[in-house]
Amino acid sequence: MSILDHHRKIETHATLLLVLSLLVVAIGGIVQIVPLFYLENTIEKVEGVRPYSPLELAGRDIYVREGCYVCHSLMIRPMRDEVERYGHYSLAAESMYDHPFQWGSKRTGPDLARVGGRYSDDWHVQHLRDPKSVVPESVMPPYAFLFGREASPRHVADRLRADRAVGVPYDEAMIAAARADFLAQADPGQDPGGLLERYPGAQARNFDGLPGTSEADALIAFLQVLGTMVDFSTFTPDPGR
Amino acid sequence: MPAWWLWTFYATIAFALVYVVLYPAWPMVTRATGGVLGWSTRADVAAEIARFEAANEPMFARLLATDPAAVAADEDLHRFAVAAGAAIFRAQCSQCHGAGAAGVQASGFPNLLDDEWLWGGTTDAIVTTVTHGIRNETDPDARYSQMPAFGEELDAEEIEDLVAQVRALSHQSHDAARAAAGAALFETNCAACHGAAGEGSRDLGAPVLANAIWLYGGSEAAIRQTITFSRWGVMPAFGARLREAEIRAVALYVHQLGGGE
Repeated sequence: MSILDHHRKIETHATLLLVLSLLVVAIGGIVQIVPLFYLENTIEKVEGVRPYSPLELAGRDIYVREGCYVCHSLMIRPMRDEVERYGHYSLAAESMYDHPFQWGSKRTGPDLARVGGRYSDDWHVQHLRDPKSVVPESVMPPYAFLFGREASPRHVADRLRADRAVGVPYDEAMIAAARADFLAQADPGQDPGGLLERYPGAQARNFDGLPGTSEADALIAFLQVLGTMVDFSTFTPDPGR
Repeated sequence: MPAWWLWTFYATIAFALVYVVLYPAWPMVTRATGGVLGWSTRADVAAEIARFEAANEPMFARLLATDPAAVAADEDLHRFAVAAGAAIFRAQCSQCHGAGAAGVQASGFPNLLDDEWLWGGTTDAIVTTVTHGIRNETDPDARYSQMPAFGEELDAEEIEDLVAQVRALSHQSHDAARAAAGAALFETNCAACHGAAGEGSRDLGAPVLANAIWLYGGSEAAIRQTITFSRWGVMPAFGARLREAEIRAVALYVHQLGGGE
């Protein structure tokens, strides 16, 4: 009598089959579900990563809306060519407040994970208006219309609440000041003090060079903060990860 | 069930077991299991970068030890520096200054091929510019100057006169009567930085106006725009992005493009 013949007993006993099936499924389920409870430990602790400011978040939404991820990735892979071209490879912590993340795997254009501070605002303005004027071989379409569309702060507090619901640590003060922070970041006439206190390292200036807060302001604010939050001079990578 | 099918299935299970032992696999409470091979993408990339750095290190060390102005005399070192600089230029600089370094006039990204320099064209001056950048907010030592927006101080007629005078200085077609009126305005408003005859000032990054080389364009419309609203050309600081030896290499590359001093 081989071991498979014992299996016959289970197959011919409905209750036993049910109980043992449940047991197998439960083990499989636990094996798959339990790691999710300590998923946090996959995110390395680093200094400096903060939630996006309201204007940066609006810019991020424009990034998603315009499908920038179709051609650009926001994740530098740990390979020498990538590190030499784009900078330090991306860390999990750098996208821990991204919902949804924009890592991407399609690169018609370059990776943008560390594009912040790499170019001047003028460059972004010119490049969004007419990419071919600065990069003749580019196949990126122009986004000149972003300069004529006002970025509205109407829903920005709700937008922050939505992110808080999925775990981004926006506090009450941030949500209460969301509208003011949104308007202050691209308006050189306003004191950005509160904004900088809530979002350390945020850059406040007139990004697109035009009056008002346009969608281009929001998008450039987002692009200029990408990859700039972690201070790599204080970071020692854990090679075991 | 065909036997080969069943055996393939057993083989995949065996493969999985071996894989779990050899490679990082099982998520535990504080971290995933590491695998007995100790494989890590981070360690791999660090080792690969270290290997290439070690290969380049003797040359970079020589570059650091040599006065930038004297590198050209050392043929091997100069060839290495220019090749390394060209690679860095393509990755870091070409987006603004162009793949061929001819700049983009529409945005005021300077042409690096000619012999006109805003802040100086010696290797040392280029090293300073690359390290600290221009008018950026991140580096306190960035090169800095600010042209006033004369639209706030002069009326439209006066600006037209100035446009004519700037065109006159650069020997372009202009309205002589307006230029004569503009000469006095130029003297009071512009000469302090751009020089009485439009010869510019490198201490202030004030462009030469008396030649045919233009940063933002020499058409009447471009000059009118510049005078009315001013310009604010920003260059990021690369001191934190590149190592000192890399900055010297890219400066030597730019220096030999045509206009180095």
